[in-house]
Amino acid sequence: MDAGISPRLLPLMLPVLPVPLIIALGLTGAGLAYGLGGDWWLLVVAALLALLVVRQRAAPAPPAAPIAPAPPPAPPAPELAYAALEPASSALLVVDQRRIAFANAAARAVLGAHVLGQDARVCLRHPAAVGVLDGVEDSSVTVTGLVSARSQWQIARHTLPDGRWLIELADRTAEADIGRAHTDFVANVSHELRTPLAAIMGYAETLGEDDPALDPPTRTRFIGIIEREAKRMLALVQDLMTLSHVEAEKHERPTAPLDLGQLAARVVGEVSSLRGKERVHLAAPAPGLCVAGDPGQLEQVLRNLIDNALKYGGPDEPVMVSLAACGPRAVLAVRDRGPGIAPEHLPHLTRRFYRTDPGRSRASGGTGLGLAIVKHIVERHGGELDIASTLGEGTAVSIALPLLDSAVPAAALSLK
Amino acid sequence: MANEHTVKAFDNDIASLRGLVAEMGGLAELSLTESMDALVRGNTEMARAVIARDKRIDALEAEVDQLAIRIIALRAPVADDLREVVAALKIAGVIERIGDYAKNIAKSTDKIEHRQRFEPLALIPAMAELAGSMVHDVLTAYAARDPILARAVVDRDARVDAFYNSLFRSLVSHMMESPATIGSAAQLLFVARNIERIGDHATNVAEMVYFAATGDYLTDRDERVGA
Repeated sequence: MDAGISPRLLPLMLPVLPVPLIIALGLTGAGLAYGLGGDWWLLVVAALLALLVVRQRAAPAPPAAPIAPAPPPAPPAPELAYAALEPASSALLVVDQRRIAFANAAARAVLGAHVLGQDARVCLRHPAAVGVLDGVEDSSVTVTGLVSARSQWQIARHTLPDGRWLIELADRTAEADIGRAHTDFVANVSHELRTPLAAIMGYAETLGEDDPALDPPTRTRFIGIIEREAKRMLALVQDLMTLSHVEAEKHERPTAPLDLGQLAARVVGEVSSLRGKERVHLAAPAPGLCVAGDPGQLEQVLRNLIDNALKYGGPDEPVMVSLAACGPRAVLAVRDRGPGIAPEHLPHLTRRFYRTDPGRSRASGGTGLGLAIVKHIVERHGGELDIASTLGEGTAVSIALPLLDSAVPAAALSLK
Repeated sequence: MANEHTVKAFDNDIASLRGLVAEMGGLAELSLTESMDALVRGNTEMARAVIARDKRIDALEAEVDQLAIRIIALRAPVADDLREVVAALKIAGVIERIGDYAKNIAKSTDKIEHRQRFEPLALIPAMAELAGSMVHDVLTAYAARDPILARAVVDRDARVDAFYNSLFRSLVSHMMESPATIGSAAQLLFVARNIERIGDHATNVAEMVYFAATGDYLTDRDERVGA
């Protein structure tokens, strides 16, 4: 028989044959079985044609297999290695032919996410760091001022087996700072503590002499002075403690989200409920301004600023607190309508114990540390402090802190 | 394939152009810090290093010029690519000037007499630090193509100017009180002037960073807002 396959075998082969083939063979088989006389060959031809068509249609598929390239035998996918570097706590960069191919999370936090794809010199522009990049041999160097002034980073280059470089950045700032902080502290404190102490000792000695010429009102006045000076020393010691706390933590950026609007409303509410301080007002703050911040420290900042405004602003003039978004930052401002500060004093205001008018500041009980504390806290939060003042009109102290939602820049730009 | 190759080569050119500008900036930044250190401590050796470094900055500027011109000639960049190249050219010029001012400061190191008893010397570093932070931030803004940071640098220039005025007054009153130190105090006036100029130049760079990133001019914008 020309069909070549016995119709009785077909059911056995069913599972292994493709459907069109089964149909074609089925037709042939049927033709044979019913013995269609002289016309049975027509069915055979039809079946063969059907087979041909099926072969033709199926044809494009098989050649595809040999042409498609076999997947390379598991290359050391860079993504896999990068995934391993990503969570490392030290900042790591992978540099491929001078361009940054990868920066892990720590590196992006230090240098910014923009470094990817850039020339390595764009983010490590310090000449000593460029020297490490240009060197033939792997080396390491400590540079000052890589991220911010006075910050110290150790930069080390390791060549990987495939010729790329692994750059490791290690923060050495905290270690370098400790020594300097100590000397500053001792120098400032000894002078400032001695002044109230001298007054206390002088009046206490006088009272101790039990001079009959000292009438009771004079005694009361002397005791009052002693008490006032002791309070000033206490305030000073408290401020010094705060300052050294802030300094100790200044390299750890706070991460907890904090709603500045709520904080401002609470602090202003508390202050203005006190007698004689009703003139502090909060201008309707923009809602939902969140920053990464330490609630206690930012409250202290606001209290210090309001305190200053109350002290140095006009005695009956209002003190305005405002909060607004400005680009990617939240700006908290405290304005007074006092006599203002002369421009030559402005650059020095945040220096410890700097006073524009020593007599007046002492009389108002200031420690000379308020703005220094503010500056340190704001710096720790990655923000900026700005003092603007016009003589005769008043002073505006504002702090700008980076907003948590950093998707704002585009919106800020479209304002132009 | 050929097209992709051209784009990649162009990309590499832009990346190394930016790398060169950043390297110049790093040198200028270090020169400024070291020139102040040299001046305040009377470290002549460091001052000489700063003066020598200026040659390297000049050489890099020439390199930036060549590369930028080659990019323009061979690749005819348009739109933001063209802005990037033009900004790099101009920024390199300005950074070279900043390097010159740092060199000038280093040169006055030898001219301060009786360093130990000359108090006004203590006033200068804070101003230099402020101007240095402007230079630092503007280079970071350049690296990040960050127009907002660039604008913040421009705003900070007013503080440097205020510092300059404050220093000017203190130095003049110091000269009146102790005429013996007029020579040294006058040197410090020049130094303060140089730092003030560095602040101005950082502002110029910031304007160009803003331009390269947005295609707009900062000054234009202010006028429009003010109008």
